[in-house]
Amino acid sequence: MAWRWSQLVRTLQLGQSRFSNIHSRRLNLPLKFSIRVGATSSFQSRIYSSASSASSADSSPILPENSTTTKVVESTKAETILSSLNDSELAKFAAIAETWWDLEGPFKPLHLMNPTRLSFIRSTLCRCFRKDPYGPRPFEGLKILDVGCGGGILSEPLARMGATVTGIDAVDKNIKIASLHASLDPLTSSIEYCCTTAEQMVEEQRKFDAVIALEVIEHVANPAEFCKSLSALTIPSGATVISTINRSMRAYASAIVMAEYVLQWLPKGTHHWSSLLTPEELVLILQRASISVQEMAGFVYNPLTGKWSLSDDISVNFILFGTKNSQ
Amino acid sequence: MVVVDMNRAILRRVVNTKQALTFSKRTFCNIAANVGSSSDNSNNEATENCNTNHDNEHDVAIVGGGMVGIALASALSSLALTKHLSVAIIDSNPTLGLKKTIEKDAPPDPRVSTVTPATISFFKDVGAWQYVQQHRHAYFDKMQVWDYTGLGYTRYNARDIGKEILGCVVENKVLHYSLLSSLQDKANFRKKIYPARLTSMLLQSEKLYPKGSPEDKRLSRLAKLELSSGDNIYAKLVVGADGSKSRVREVAGFKTSGWNYSQHAIICTVEHCSENQCAWQRFLPSGPIALLPIGDHFSNIVWTMNPTEASAHKSMSEDDFVKAVNYALVYGYGPHPTSSFLGQYGDGLSWITGGAPPSVNESFQVPPKAVKVVSERMAFPLSLMHANDYVSQRVALIGDAAHTVHPLAGQGVNLGFGDAIALANAIAEGISVGSDIGELPLLKTYERERKVANIAMMAILDGFQKAFSIDLGPINLLRAAAFHGAQYIGPLKRNIISYATGGKMWPLFS
Repeated sequence: MAWRWSQLVRTLQLGQSRFSNIHSRRLNLPLKFSIRVGATSSFQSRIYSSASSASSADSSPILPENSTTTKVVESTKAETILSSLNDSELAKFAAIAETWWDLEGPFKPLHLMNPTRLSFIRSTLCRCFRKDPYGPRPFEGLKILDVGCGGGILSEPLARMGATVTGIDAVDKNIKIASLHASLDPLTSSIEYCCTTAEQMVEEQRKFDAVIALEVIEHVANPAEFCKSLSALTIPSGATVISTINRSMRAYASAIVMAEYVLQWLPKGTHHWSSLLTPEELVLILQRASISVQEMAGFVYNPLTGKWSLSDDISVNFILFGTKNSQ
Repeated sequence: MVVVDMNRAILRRVVNTKQALTFSKRTFCNIAANVGSSSDNSNNEATENCNTNHDNEHDVAIVGGGMVGIALASALSSLALTKHLSVAIIDSNPTLGLKKTIEKDAPPDPRVSTVTPATISFFKDVGAWQYVQQHRHAYFDKMQVWDYTGLGYTRYNARDIGKEILGCVVENKVLHYSLLSSLQDKANFRKKIYPARLTSMLLQSEKLYPKGSPEDKRLSRLAKLELSSGDNIYAKLVVGADGSKSRVREVAGFKTSGWNYSQHAIICTVEHCSENQCAWQRFLPSGPIALLPIGDHFSNIVWTMNPTEASAHKSMSEDDFVKAVNYALVYGYGPHPTSSFLGQYGDGLSWITGGAPPSVNESFQVPPKAVKVVSERMAFPLSLMHANDYVSQRVALIGDAAHTVHPLAGQGVNLGFGDAIALANAIAEGISVGSDIGELPLLKTYERERKVANIAMMAILDGFQKAFSIDLGPINLLRAAAFHGAQYIGPLKRNIISYATGGKMWPLFS
């Protein structure tokens, strides 16, 4: 118990120092959940939480039903984010944005992995939607939702590849950073960024050709509900792409011990072994959410070239592509 | 619990079968690296959307419209993923934009290049080789290297590696014209030629989030080039293809390392009585002399010597110069190496010769005599230079701007074309995953690929230069042993040929 507390405090401090995150004030949260809050705000920053749930003493995972209520306010704000920024705010976010878009900064691993993730998305979506994989803008005409977009590291390339992208993130600051950064390039300025959650989008009855949630599900309180939301956002026969970390001993050794403690690529406490899912579990969860997994690939890192590549080895990081059942 | 375990077991099987369906890793990478067939010029209407309407904004600005710069433009215009890009070419040569023709009957220009089969296939891919074939060019399938001591020689034959040719000698102006013509053939490719010099370059401002209008913000992300004509242009990526005294390299602040050889090279064209079909190279005490066939009865001479000798050879009468050439190549210095050093032992030593290639038994031959000099003699100093970095955010160097080599084996321009191909492929690969093409990680993949290849070739050529500039008994013997090794040891021989013709990345390890 004491160990988990110290862990909690540390992760929250990290979250605070990195983003001075509003959520990190909630020290009275149920243990398991608040650790996740700290972890997510310091890394990918997806929080399926709410003030109401925070005050509850119930330690069960927070259900999306709870989270939707308080996020409404923020999502309406998202529409006017860019116009409401003044110069002093701009300077303030610039400082944080540099960490999202600093190739040598805390998000370096994501930047390194990004081309590999995108090549998987490119090839699977091109086949799913019968698009020309040799064209420069294969996603022309596709509406894609990037769940947990963070600073827009994935959304921007998707937009350059022709997609009509909506990026959502529960952290308001990420959305502001993403909007600012995307506005600098005419090819990405059309991205719609909203500070909201997948559950809220379901409530608004939004539908997308493809829903992508990379490195998100391990930070989510209730993966099964989360997958149901992803499914509800996808059109029949549409695509879902999810990537995460396997709950294997090798993943523990490499993604947690190596990446967080030895190499310090990720803030300590970013991932919790117990909340990781195995590919089998994820396939089952998705099946229940009427998404059939079509393809799966692993990521392997080559320390000599410093590059990630796709492989059949799904024992650490993996990405999967599924289609929503059409009935 | 048991039920759960069973479920997992079943799922694992499901997952395993799914894995079998996944694309192999190779497939993912190759989508990008695929060189589109050159004839395919159909314009993808979808690509037009990402076009900017601003005349002075380009995706790629190539500074320097020489062979390597035009090769990059041509490569970009032929790849399916990059042919939508808008390209600016900045070169003060006013004839660049004009459709000029080359006089076919004039004697060949002394500035020639030996293009390797790898370069030839690139020219074919971009549709430029057909233009080379309309002009003077000379394939050669044999090469003979020997030194002045008469102790050893090596003959290479394209058949050793199962190829038709070892290379092709083409005038630089023909290579340039052919690439330019192939570029002009692609009518839909958006290119603009600025007949000006680069005066200064402003890279992305330090401030990540500039204030001002959306227009200012957008431009602040791009590299700004100021030209001598007064034009300002903006580009996502600036490519320095402006030669060994690169202005781009200078203004971008790249450091270089290198040294001058206290040697000059003399180049000129000579005429023979009959056609020359072999490439000849002889190492003399002052430096190597090469005789390359260039078609009809002409050959090109690249002769390395010290600066005083060079100016003497430049100013001497034509007759004296022809005599000097023939002395250097045909009858001067030591005796001709005896053939079949291992001839009589050949069978007994087959374990070391490892399946002897056809050329092992070819005897030493005497190169054809020159009868006349038909061009001016040009002399230029030799140096080795390598840029410590090839890339930074929004800037990349290719060709001589990144590296100049000893012209020993005529590899310089092939390395430059190799750079152009690699950069075009890196850009295509970046576009396939939605990257901004001026992004550093994308450019770094180009640098990683080319740096090793260029440095390896530079080290080898430099090593050759040094090994042959010493005239000392034991060294001469070692050199002779190396010649014999290169002549008789089959796998070694095949490796050397394959490397020199651009077939492989590494000289000795396959």
